[in-house]
Amino acid sequence: MTVSAQHKISLRWGRRRLHREEEAAPATHRWRVTPWLFLLPALVVIVVLVLLPFLNTLRLAFTDSTLLRSGEFTGWENFRRMFADERFGTALLNSTLYTVCVVPLMVALPLVLASLLAGTGRLMGLFRTTMYLPVIMSPVVVGLIWTNMLDKRGLVNELLATLKAVAEPVPFLTDRWLLLFSAMFVTVWMGLGYYMVIYLAALANIDPSLYDAAAMDGAGPVRTFLNVTVPGVRSTMGLIGVLSSVAAFRVFGEIYVLTNGTGGVGGGDITMTMLIQREGTGLQARTGYAGAISLVMFVILGGLLIAQLVLQRKQRTS
Amino acid sequence: MSRARTRRRGFSSGLVVRYLVLLLMAVLLAGPLLWQVSLSLKGAGDPLYTRPPELIPGHPTLGNFATVLERVPVPDYLLNSLIVAAMAVTGNVVGATCAGYALGKLRFRGRGVAAGICVAALLVPAETVLISQFLLVRAAGLANTLLGVVLPTIVAALNVLLMRNAFRNLPAEFEEAAIVDGANAWQRFIRVSVPQVKGVITVVAIFAFVGSWNDFLWPLIVLSDEDNYTLTIGLNRLHGTFYDDPRLIAAGTIIALIPIVTFFAILQRYFFRGLEAGGLKG
Repeated sequence: MTVSAQHKISLRWGRRRLHREEEAAPATHRWRVTPWLFLLPALVVIVVLVLLPFLNTLRLAFTDSTLLRSGEFTGWENFRRMFADERFGTALLNSTLYTVCVVPLMVALPLVLASLLAGTGRLMGLFRTTMYLPVIMSPVVVGLIWTNMLDKRGLVNELLATLKAVAEPVPFLTDRWLLLFSAMFVTVWMGLGYYMVIYLAALANIDPSLYDAAAMDGAGPVRTFLNVTVPGVRSTMGLIGVLSSVAAFRVFGEIYVLTNGTGGVGGGDITMTMLIQREGTGLQARTGYAGAISLVMFVILGGLLIAQLVLQRKQRTS
Repeated sequence: MSRARTRRRGFSSGLVVRYLVLLLMAVLLAGPLLWQVSLSLKGAGDPLYTRPPELIPGHPTLGNFATVLERVPVPDYLLNSLIVAAMAVTGNVVGATCAGYALGKLRFRGRGVAAGICVAALLVPAETVLISQFLLVRAAGLANTLLGVVLPTIVAALNVLLMRNAFRNLPAEFEEAAIVDGANAWQRFIRVSVPQVKGVITVVAIFAFVGSWNDFLWPLIVLSDEDNYTLTIGLNRLHGTFYDDPRLIAAGTIIALIPIVTFFAILQRYFFRGLEAGGLKG
């Protein structure tokens, strides 16, 4: 046993002794005030501005409240109306499509990039910085940049025309489905760098001898990626799956800016968050109805979370 | 290790493909930004629409920036955003560090409940409480104020838990030595423990700043008066104001990007360190 280890043990003994003294202290010492003073500011903010509003949303959802009137209990009326509301159907469809399309890209693409980037030495820092730049930008700025790029006479259309790939400008920002897919592209553009950095950290934890073994077996880059890299970062993939699916379902800024706040022609590109924002704010706000939509969104996000956790556990045991 | 592997392989075709893919990605990510810079510098004499498009402006000018600053009160928006960000950083650093210390280093009855409250708050998505928060802020007379903008995120539960982990991972020896010396909780906090978690505090500060600087949905709901607009809300209206001229929109986005990109360039290593710490623990 080394000296430092002995030292550590004696210190641990010391700690245990301290602990025992504290336990032996009179009851007034156990209900100490000091810790609560340290906690007070944070707890007040969290309880008053997050937890109580959540309970209030639960209440609102079952009332016909508006901004100016606190409303009465109406049972499941809001939910009944919601399922008959065409905009709710559109919003649910768009947010779901968004999640289904964006998440696989967010899980796979940054991993491919990170594994291409790992081990490129000096250049890695430069690439990493470039790819991370969009992450720190506001969705509003990114939305404006891509509004410029995807406009009928924007760079993308001009390039396509130069290459004679299209006869007419592509209506990226005016066609319902094209706009939705453009927004997905913008979301992926913004998020790639973020997830890539997380993957880079995970890749650094893979045992290098596994790569050497694969090389000795004559495995090519694709097989090495599938048999060494992917299993090595499986738990990180799960984490990114959860993070990106929750983020994708909540999408707001990109679509808001690309549609200039309108939600697309006839509101065809509206998302769940946009619907809550529209119903719940302004002088005409129907806060009860918006609360009900918020609650549905909470249940869906919770379901997404649980589904992924169950899926991961299953993968681990099989 | 990995570098040695690369060298062994030499200039194989795989390596060429790797760099080509990376280069393509870099162009795809940096290209739109470069194009914005180019657009913002293009003068009235530069044709906007040419085939093929031209990256280098023929008659570079700073006139677009002057026009934007003239017609939109960007400095006011910047100032408002800075005030909100400063409040968010202060609130999160002070609030989360104090609370994290209590949860990570002090023993007391009710600690589990307090930690549970933070975890529960972490599970509540912002969209779910948006309307209730607005009603609350409005009832408190803080609608359309900068304080109302910052209030819901002035101490984030995530940061409290990050700080708790940071304090908990500190070796106990120092605190114990200070207890023996008769230091009270506050003295131990300030003199012994806080100096050891400066790195994590920096990370909390940076993410509080960026989060508040880029926030869009909440200020959009709270703010109605143009005088109180933060930068994101003000910028959102660029599109309506300069609909006809992409050069001006480009200039506006560049003005908005300069502070945050500078901030990022200076504090880069903390960004990546924070992501690795936060991402892996999440």
